[in-house]
Amino acid sequence: MVVQSLIDQGVDTVFGYPGGAVLPIYDEVFQQNSIKHILVRHEQGAVHAAEGYARATGKPGVCLVTSGPGATNAVTGLTDALMDSIPIIVLTGQVPTFMIGSDAFQEADTVGITRPCTKHNWLVKETDALSGTLHEAFHVATSGRPGPVLVDIPKDVQFATGTYSGPKPSASHYQPRVKGDMEEITELVAAIETAKRPIFYTGGGVINSGPGASQLLRELVEATGFPITSTLMGLGAYPASGKHWVGMLGMHGLYEANMAMHDCDLMINIGARFDDRITGRIDAFSPKSKKAHIDIDPSSINKVIKTDIPIVGDVGHVLEDILKVWKSRGRKTNASAVAQWWTKIDEWKAVDCLKFKQEGKTIKPQYALERLEALTKDHDRYICTEVGQHQMWAAQYLGFEDPNRWMTSGGLGTMGYGFPASIGVQMGHPDALVINVAGEASWLMNMQELGTAMQFNLPVKQFILNNERLGMVRQWQELLHGERYSHSWSESLPDFVKLAEAFGAKGILCDDPADLDDAIMEMLNHDGPVLFDCLVEKHENCFPMIPSGKAHNEMLLGEAETQGVIDAKGSVLV
Amino acid sequence: MSALKIKKGSTSHSAYNLRPTFSDVVEKHTLAVLVENEPGVLARVIGLFSGRGYNIESLTVAEVDHQGHLSRITIVTTGTPQVIEQIKTQLGRIVPVHEVHDLTVEGASVERELAMFKVAGQGEKRVEALRLADIFRANVVDSTLESFIFEITGAPEKIDAFADLMRPLGLVEVARTGVAALPRGD
Repeated sequence: MVVQSLIDQGVDTVFGYPGGAVLPIYDEVFQQNSIKHILVRHEQGAVHAAEGYARATGKPGVCLVTSGPGATNAVTGLTDALMDSIPIIVLTGQVPTFMIGSDAFQEADTVGITRPCTKHNWLVKETDALSGTLHEAFHVATSGRPGPVLVDIPKDVQFATGTYSGPKPSASHYQPRVKGDMEEITELVAAIETAKRPIFYTGGGVINSGPGASQLLRELVEATGFPITSTLMGLGAYPASGKHWVGMLGMHGLYEANMAMHDCDLMINIGARFDDRITGRIDAFSPKSKKAHIDIDPSSINKVIKTDIPIVGDVGHVLEDILKVWKSRGRKTNASAVAQWWTKIDEWKAVDCLKFKQEGKTIKPQYALERLEALTKDHDRYICTEVGQHQMWAAQYLGFEDPNRWMTSGGLGTMGYGFPASIGVQMGHPDALVINVAGEASWLMNMQELGTAMQFNLPVKQFILNNERLGMVRQWQELLHGERYSHSWSESLPDFVKLAEAFGAKGILCDDPADLDDAIMEMLNHDGPVLFDCLVEKHENCFPMIPSGKAHNEMLLGEAETQGVIDAKGSVLV
Repeated sequence: MSALKIKKGSTSHSAYNLRPTFSDVVEKHTLAVLVENEPGVLARVIGLFSGRGYNIESLTVAEVDHQGHLSRITIVTTGTPQVIEQIKTQLGRIVPVHEVHDLTVEGASVERELAMFKVAGQGEKRVEALRLADIFRANVVDSTLESFIFEITGAPEKIDAFADLMRPLGLVEVARTGVAALPRGD
């Protein structure tokens, strides 16, 4: 019944790991050919792989794990998906209903443990309710603001036979509203018509809304000529090569993007949530602007930043209505003022906040990414990352032309996300080039998945910027803790080439800038998983940076005096 | 009516009329939350309050529609207008939550609470307790030679006032149900 429900929901891939309490489902998986099962090496890997698959394909990701430790290992992935609004369905086995509560072997209160880290979860105690619950799970995960859901299925329920019912999404009382309020939309259009210093600030909501939303966004940006910036999660909704792109904003965002956010008079937030990485100091956040906020989740509006024009609805639907109203009112903008605004933005752009000098025999991480970009940008390419400095550099130095091509752990910041995510992406796009830009420390957190990549012949490229440090931790210790580098490096890193070979994969070591291009080409030309160990400058810091507790216009641009820039109040922030 | 059946524009603070009223003044609000009567739904609501650091002054819950499988949770909470707004929208986000009503701003409402007071004492104090109970229309539901149990129903303020009066007269134990509330009219 479980497998039939998955098939009826159009599932073609499941990431999982068997165990005692899910054996009946695994038995069914064995006896069919419609669904591919990818055996991961750790349940956390299964969930991240499902996230990668979901984000790269726009379809929900599905996991199947056992009770107890299987379920608890899934918790990090569930929380990650909740923070980044990724639709995934996790099926967990549970001890039989008559043993629940008896501290049985591999029993855990799975729905209790995962209640705060799922959008919703269910414990199915009756077989007749199973198929309906599974279909409802898909409906909840994918409608409204997407998110992870979990269905806990006791073993006796798996064994029993019951009545199967097919998907009926309209039967659910959960029907979030997707159309925006026309009065508010008209008010926003009026603001667009007169704004002197407007900016679009877009987020992951545009990607979640689907490719149509990105298309409408592009149309609106081109038609109005307004500048556009995006959060980490929103990269690719508007192309990096687009004329109106001013780069990513936020803590490690571009100078021009943050300055424009600070000085704008109309901020149009589309599917972003004013995260603390974006806003910096709240009371100094874009003080002169009127703020519009389009979000499908009413609780995102006015949560952090006071909004003048709140619009609850799906980004795609709202953008369509904005375009319709704006066009019907004569496609007006304050063109001369916007042109002046662009002059100002171009001045900020001229600061060239991402400039760096590649000199000597050590590879700068920025240089490595610049070369990776140059050599891969024409490929059908998907990029994943782990979490840390390399993640920020990847966001800064790689260009994303389309949505669903950038998989990163934004909200939760989960080290160990990228490698399994890349496996999920490759499953969704078998012929594409999938690269995981990693740090060596993050990568090691889920390195066991190399076995998965080998077993299923998934040619994922692991591009490790190896500085032998927890780079971002080290950077904060330098800025904030008097250069006392408490436990932010490893003294026993593996030989990554040999590690790759031990799994039967290919390992490449590169430590010379002169060899870099050839080594990257070697990676691209190898048909199979590659572990690319790129030894980079150990003490490079990630700039630009808005220090904790500071405003957008107080960015640090480079290796200038960084000591003491974070005051006591800022130092308690993360 | 939205999908979540939150009446649009029914109040100046409704979930879909999100004009901000950011102020530092802490207000007390009574929320009526209609939920699917399913296992774990109360844990979800309570978990939301504890997880996000909101206050619960009182909380009552019981099934109100057996056929429709619905329970009503009445929550009295405090917070700045921004926090109250967040509480309502966060509640509305919980999948088995059908409706969220802020009775404090959606027009007049009636609030009632039931309490039981055990008052022990002898002589003049015992007589005085009985006299005051009569004035407050509290019923005696149990009695020994040295104690009474009073049952009293009313707005929370009335019960507070009764408790203040009973304290010097030998109040030993109190049980309160928390607030149940309904909007006035139709």
